[in-house]
Amino acid sequence: MELNSFDKQLLNILQAGIQFVPKPYETMANELGVSEEQVLSRLQELKSAGYIRKVGAFFNSDKLGYSGTLLAAKIEPDRVAEVAARINEYPEITHNYQRSGGYELWFTAITNSDERKNQILSEIRALPGVISLLDLYSQKKYKINVQFKLK
Amino acid sequence: MEFSDTDKRIVKALQSDFPICSEPYKKIAEDIGISEEALLHRLGEMKETGILRKMGAVLRHMEVGFKANALVVWVVPPERMDEVAVQMCAHPEVTHCYDRNTAPDWPYNFYTMIHMDTQESCIQLAKELSAETGISQYELQFTEKEWKKTSMKYFME
Repeated sequence: MELNSFDKQLLNILQAGIQFVPKPYETMANELGVSEEQVLSRLQELKSAGYIRKVGAFFNSDKLGYSGTLLAAKIEPDRVAEVAARINEYPEITHNYQRSGGYELWFTAITNSDERKNQILSEIRALPGVISLLDLYSQKKYKINVQFKLK
Repeated sequence: MEFSDTDKRIVKALQSDFPICSEPYKKIAEDIGISEEALLHRLGEMKETGILRKMGAVLRHMEVGFKANALVVWVVPPERMDEVAVQMCAHPEVTHCYDRNTAPDWPYNFYTMIHMDTQESCIQLAKELSAETGISQYELQFTEKEWKKTSMKYFME
């Protein structure tokens, strides 16, 4: 399935935000000059086809009493997959990527206490194959805006 | 910060997939046990105060043509950080921009995530960002594999 120009407009609107009105898809349909039914059915198709990762709310973890950090782990080359699988078991670890520069695994942890964060860190440090672990926390988040403008 | 039980129910209901149907908020409000009006009102407040960052969609970037992404880590003098952030954030390809602490063998204190169509265009953009800001010490880290990508589930304990 290829994205046509209608799909791209629809996905751009959907990425920008869903309004807090009783019929938000009707509002989008009006903007696009189509029926609400067309918007709903096409969105279902785009979702099934895998273009949309998630439709929903994205919360600011800091403001919900949670705190997020980025962790980078240096790992023995032949044990990366094994360590990645163990790391993925934590529900607090939401993203985990393998990257190309020295530290093999980069992952985020969102926790609601220092105690829990420290527990996760020490458990990961103790995993076989983990050489070192950096806790790269942030003070200033300048931008978080994941929107892919489709043309 | 304290959240009421209703707030927690709102967060829990909205962190899952948002319904694709004519009256999605009505459906959620019924599940939570509050009125649709109260839900819409509270969501507006949550958006205004920044608790809710965004209500909308995030796409699968590979599928929609942004096939390359790089984490670019920079060494920015602390006194220039705010100004450099403004310059870098002005580029739509920069989706995330954070400061971060350093470590003994890790001098980088400023992070940008860039999403583009090819690795070459990522390299080119990093060059442009460097030229524009005068920050010359940086490194590109391409994603080799995505092991996990989910949304956080809050208030599950």
